[in-house]
Amino acid sequence: MMNIIWLVLLVVGVIVGVVKGDVQTVTDAVINYANTAVEIAMGLIGIMTLWLGIMAIAEKAGLINLIGKALNPIMKRLFRDIPEGHPAMGAIIMNLAANVLGLGNAATPLGLKAMIELEKLNKHKGVATDAEVMFLAINTSSVTLIPSTIIGLRVAAGSQNPTEVIGPIILATTISTVSAVILCKLFAKMKRYRIENVVNGIDGNAEVEDI
Amino acid sequence: MLQNVLNSISLYAIPVLLVGIPLYGYFKKVKVYETFVEGAKEGFTTAVRIIPYLVAILCAVGAFRASGAMDVLTKIISPVTNLIGIPAEIMPFGLMRSLSGGGAEGMMVELFNKFGPDSLIGRMASIAMGSTETTLYVLAVYFGSVKVSKTRHALPVGLLVDAISLIAAAIITNIVF
Repeated sequence: MMNIIWLVLLVVGVIVGVVKGDVQTVTDAVINYANTAVEIAMGLIGIMTLWLGIMAIAEKAGLINLIGKALNPIMKRLFRDIPEGHPAMGAIIMNLAANVLGLGNAATPLGLKAMIELEKLNKHKGVATDAEVMFLAINTSSVTLIPSTIIGLRVAAGSQNPTEVIGPIILATTISTVSAVILCKLFAKMKRYRIENVVNGIDGNAEVEDI
Repeated sequence: MLQNVLNSISLYAIPVLLVGIPLYGYFKKVKVYETFVEGAKEGFTTAVRIIPYLVAILCAVGAFRASGAMDVLTKIISPVTNLIGIPAEIMPFGLMRSLSGGGAEGMMVELFNKFGPDSLIGRMASIAMGSTETTLYVLAVYFGSVKVSKTRHALPVGLLVDAISLIAAAIITNIVF
């Protein structure tokens, strides 16, 4: 599916640009975004290094394990294929906690740390595991209590009651996270997404056939 | 009150972690400095590993955004979205949330300016914005960091959840306000 979406975005973008007679804008955007991508990655280097260092201490001190164990009953159900006491569990919890508290700067490095740990359990390099997809499904559905950017933008736009959306946002984000978990469990069982089928290489073409 | 509590949590959580973890490590007889440096080594390579994945996604999204194809897509699906109570004005923003966080934020501000942050559309946009992350960006960065390119059901689940959250935002806004 990533193949198709990626191709559609690119091809439709350029074609619409040509039809509108403004293909230069599209070209400029592509080139600018290539630079933006590198800038984002470069911007991560410092903060990533800092948190990987801190997390290494936390791991060696047994803190990550402790956190993982504390929430084990819930986490075990979500992430069946992570063995008990594996550092991935603790790293996932740290990332989710950072998201909930709105600590954007720490959330991404902690999330990448969790991915690195999850990848250690991956038997098929290059193919996502169930646990990795579940972790990202929860992440993309956003788990936050403090939507500080949104409130800031509402204040800037002259809202009479900028914080009135916090309650509804918590409700909406709960709905989206719960549906992410449910959909993730359901989709993982579908033939075209099952790990053994993807590993055996029928994923790219199977997408077309299975539709 | 709640807002103040939450704000001070965001303010103090990071300093507490930055002090607490090394202190805890020290008491557990971890060689804190050496362990930090050893663990931190991976920071550079992890960040750099993301680049090809991020360039691929951002360039495709950039081409799509700049071309104005979003308006075309919105026109195609607006008959369906109108039926479920999502105003047509909010749809380009609703779709943008999956592609680009910055783009969606800009469109939300435009909606605020045009309709007001306290209008139905302004509130709906705020709630929709807060209920998901940018699916394509998160997948590129997170999977990129471990060189996973076969993402299985991650993308369809992410996009479906984006759609569900938009519908949820529309329903919640209509009920609450």
